[in-house]
Amino acid sequence: MSFFFAALKRDLLLVFRHRNDIINPLAFFLMVAVLFPLGVSPEPSFLSDVASGVIWVAALLACLLSVDGIFRTDYDDGSLEQMLVSSESLYALVLAKVFSHWLISGFCLALISPLVAMMFFLPEQGYFALVMSLLLGTPTLSLMGAIGAALTVALRKGGVLISLLVLPLYIPVLIFGAGTVQAGAMGLSIQGYLALLGAILVFSLMFAPFAIVAALKISVRS
Amino acid sequence: MGDFATVADFLQMGKHGLYVWLSYGIGLFLLVYNVVSAYWLKRQFFINAKRRLRREQGSV
Amino acid sequence: MKIKMPRWFYQLASPKWFYDFTGKLLPWFSLVALLLLTVGMVWGLVFAPADYQQGNSFRIIYIHVPSSILAQSCYMLMAVAGAIGLIWKMKIAHMVAQACAPIGASIAVMSLATGAIWGKPTWGAWWVWDARLTAMLVLLFLYIGVIALNSAFENKASADKASAVLSLVGLVNIPIIKYSVEWWNTLHQPATFTVTEKPAMPPEMWIPLLIMVLGFYCFFAVVLMSRARIEVLEREKRSDWVKKVIENY
Repeated sequence: MSFFFAALKRDLLLVFRHRNDIINPLAFFLMVAVLFPLGVSPEPSFLSDVASGVIWVAALLACLLSVDGIFRTDYDDGSLEQMLVSSESLYALVLAKVFSHWLISGFCLALISPLVAMMFFLPEQGYFALVMSLLLGTPTLSLMGAIGAALTVALRKGGVLISLLVLPLYIPVLIFGAGTVQAGAMGLSIQGYLALLGAILVFSLMFAPFAIVAALKISVRS
Repeated sequence: MGDFATVADFLQMGKHGLYVWLSYGIGLFLLVYNVVSAYWLKRQFFINAKRRLRREQGSV
Repeated sequence: MKIKMPRWFYQLASPKWFYDFTGKLLPWFSLVALLLLTVGMVWGLVFAPADYQQGNSFRIIYIHVPSSILAQSCYMLMAVAGAIGLIWKMKIAHMVAQACAPIGASIAVMSLATGAIWGKPTWGAWWVWDARLTAMLVLLFLYIGVIALNSAFENKASADKASAVLSLVGLVNIPIIKYSVEWWNTLHQPATFTVTEKPAMPPEMWIPLLIMVLGFYCFFAVVLMSRARIEVLEREKRSDWVKKVIENY
């Protein structure tokens, strides 16, 4: 358990040293959201119709873009290999890395999402659903993304490949996440949706780390 | 023959001719493509392998 | 984790044995596949009755349904073969898995194309965001992902293992994806079309369908064995028995 916190502390410290990098997923999120009114239509009625889906897609893409960095810096300087050979629990290591990634991507996105919701004229009753769905959904995105990152960390041109590998896995989260916001915006109950998102998260928490560890071992040994 | 009065009817498929023949065409094409590509891969392997073997034996 | 398996299971692990055995099976499966597919297609095109509601476009079912079934089965086989390769470290399992991917992808394309074409006379549009078509599209993405990952690794052994992990992750996600897409589809289906399940088909309609499904499976066996055999030869090309095969070609 202490290893988890040690790894977490290390990662957060590294992030803190490159504070400017934290802005990247957030800026991307905002910019993608801005592209829609500019590219399609700024009509409030149109934007409020598409708000749930567009905000979720923007969040998804922002997470996807940042996922490559989970293991890359450690792989490049050899510390990943060291961590894998050490006798410490790999499950804890992986969880710590994904958690720290989520803290600077999904978590922050969820916090600033009301800002974007305002730009999209999302009905007020949808705000809570938006933040909650992002809080519950983005950890899954980080977990699935980490699988893709682990599989491609040893490859030279791994970047685009990650998107291809991970997007099919993102689709259920997107569907239910956007569905949550849509339901909330219409004033319907969102408990069922949140339960579904929670179930997917629990499922991912149980199984993704195994896939991530297996993938890391394959990548490091290749 | 079956459901169709004439060969022309058969090709027309009651106004759905385009769709039916397009589908069957794509189906057949992909089936044949699989077979042909498997065969082509096999041929490529043996051509390259024979060449390599000749080179290795020739250099002995 | 070593589970005791029957003797034939370990015999399978010998690439040479696999090559010889499939060599004997190939001609028979090819014949059966050709027969079943020809009979099935002719029956479906000519002799099967047209559907009451859909008319002759219904005949597309004889290509669309078998390809959909095969696309899904092929993915399952690929994932299971990958798992066997990871657990028992059998090279042959990885070779089979690798051979599955391109076949499955092309069959998924067949399913999508015929499904979309069938949609035009039935629903009025070339593409419809129907649950089954959308789920099949995602399956195609999964296939492409496995193929891409496989080719991105230089080391064959790592490529095998990585693709195996990926296809297993995909396999576990398929029920979730299917459920989410179906659920999404019930929300977003326009009121104009109702996806009616085919009412119980008379034998004149489902027998050719069964023949086509069996024919597709035999076809798959033929192409899979062919590709796997090439993979075996390629990977074992340093061994004596392969050298003999090359000389005798």
